[in-house]
Amino acid sequence: MQFLIDNFNLLWDAFLTTLSISALAGLVALVLGTLLAAARVSPIPPLRGLATFYVETFRNTPLTVVFFFLIFGLPQIDFVLGFFPGAVLSLGLYTAAFVCEAVRSGINAISTGQAEASRAIGLTFGQSLREVVLPQAFRTVVPPLGNVFIAMVKNSSIAAGFAVSELSSLLPRLVNANAAQLSAVLVGVVVAYMLITLPLAFLVHHVERRVAILR
Amino acid sequence: MTAPVLFDIPGPKARARIRIGTGFGTLLILALLALVLVRLAGNQQLEPQRWAVLFDPRTGVPQTLGETLVRTLTVAAVGMVLATLVGLLLAVGRLSDHGPVRWLAATYIEFFRAVPLLVVIFALFFVLPKYGVEPSAFVALTGGLVLYNSAVLAEIFRAGILSIDKGQREAAFGIGMRKTQVMTLVLLPQATRRMLPVLVAQLVVLLKDSSLGFIIGYFELLRGARSLVEFFGPRFGNDYTFQIYVAAGLIYIVVNVLLSTLARYVERRTRRTPRAAGRKPELDAAEQMGGGGLT
Repeated sequence: MQFLIDNFNLLWDAFLTTLSISALAGLVALVLGTLLAAARVSPIPPLRGLATFYVETFRNTPLTVVFFFLIFGLPQIDFVLGFFPGAVLSLGLYTAAFVCEAVRSGINAISTGQAEASRAIGLTFGQSLREVVLPQAFRTVVPPLGNVFIAMVKNSSIAAGFAVSELSSLLPRLVNANAAQLSAVLVGVVVAYMLITLPLAFLVHHVERRVAILR
Repeated sequence: MTAPVLFDIPGPKARARIRIGTGFGTLLILALLALVLVRLAGNQQLEPQRWAVLFDPRTGVPQTLGETLVRTLTVAAVGMVLATLVGLLLAVGRLSDHGPVRWLAATYIEFFRAVPLLVVIFALFFVLPKYGVEPSAFVALTGGLVLYNSAVLAEIFRAGILSIDKGQREAAFGIGMRKTQVMTLVLLPQATRRMLPVLVAQLVVLLKDSSLGFIIGYFELLRGARSLVEFFGPRFGNDYTFQIYVAAGLIYIVVNVLLSTLARYVERRTRRTPRAAGRKPELDAAEQMGGGGLT
């Protein structure tokens, strides 16, 4: 315990790093994922094809490989990202594919009457998506979307393998401590992750109750 | 709702607009591709002899990539078998008549679903040695994969068992079977069959996660690629770096796509049998990410 208190600054910095990676990557994933979902239902075939290709590629690539490509591969074509932005971008791009699928399942869950009615009153594709379909879709996919973001927080641990000093990286960094000290760090790390995921799960549950549509 | 419901069947004006959009989109994609190619060509990354190294046995590159692929698949295969067995036991444990067994299984499942997989692997690899047990990278990686995936698979099996019509259970008890027999002879076979697509999908996730071995230095595909680059470094600089990374990444993607295709094939086959029909089980998006949700 004393060891944890002595190294509190290290733990706190790592916690903040994990939190900021997750928050930034979450933002990237939410925006890009929604755009991809819109592209996948759009009337323009190449846009649909591109979005489908993106989703299938990222869903079939291990996250470690995405990190590997963005951090070691991109510099080969003169895009040097750095470790932290690389981690944010890798996690965001990977998660966007899953956000897209979650949002798309929400779009598919909305009754066809809604879209037909918005077409009947003369809304364009963009308008009906923005004003009618997506607001309802987001409400129905709060639980799966929340789970995607919780999984993303846990996946941010992979940044430890790419020189980002976030929570998981504390274990290899403090490996010279003795048994009791390192175990305390392990407990600290697990608790710190739960300090992010449990409130997030609670928030998701709360939002779900607030915005649910009874049909 | 299918996609076309969102927009009218395009008339002549809309068709023209879509054609313009199509042309513009195609141009944009081509421009992006061209940019990447120009960059690559500018760095002489596209020259044939740079790619030839991947297929030339004298350089040792194909051998290393092949061996490390086998090592990746070994971890995944061992992990899959053990995780399925442990997951089955946990699922049965969580449905047990005995309170403590139920409670233990539930704690195990909830704990390992909530902790990031990499932290579990790190715990095995860095913390256990302090207590006198020194697992190799292989054991730590496989152990982590089994601990996490058995928890997820247990939930899949449990959902499968609970989805079996309760008449099956009652009938089995009715003809005088013991509870062990009911579980092993009646419920589990039907549950496994019904959950097979989800099971295979989770095993694909397990294969993806085996790439985490890179981080703890297990000599798998990515680590193999990295070591090749480091080996070539002193003599050729970064001449072959890009090629080797692309090869490793492509092998990963191809293997995963093959397994996903297998998963879809299994799903189609199971859907054909009327007994397994009903609500189509699907793997949660969060599980597909390899992270797992909490709820």
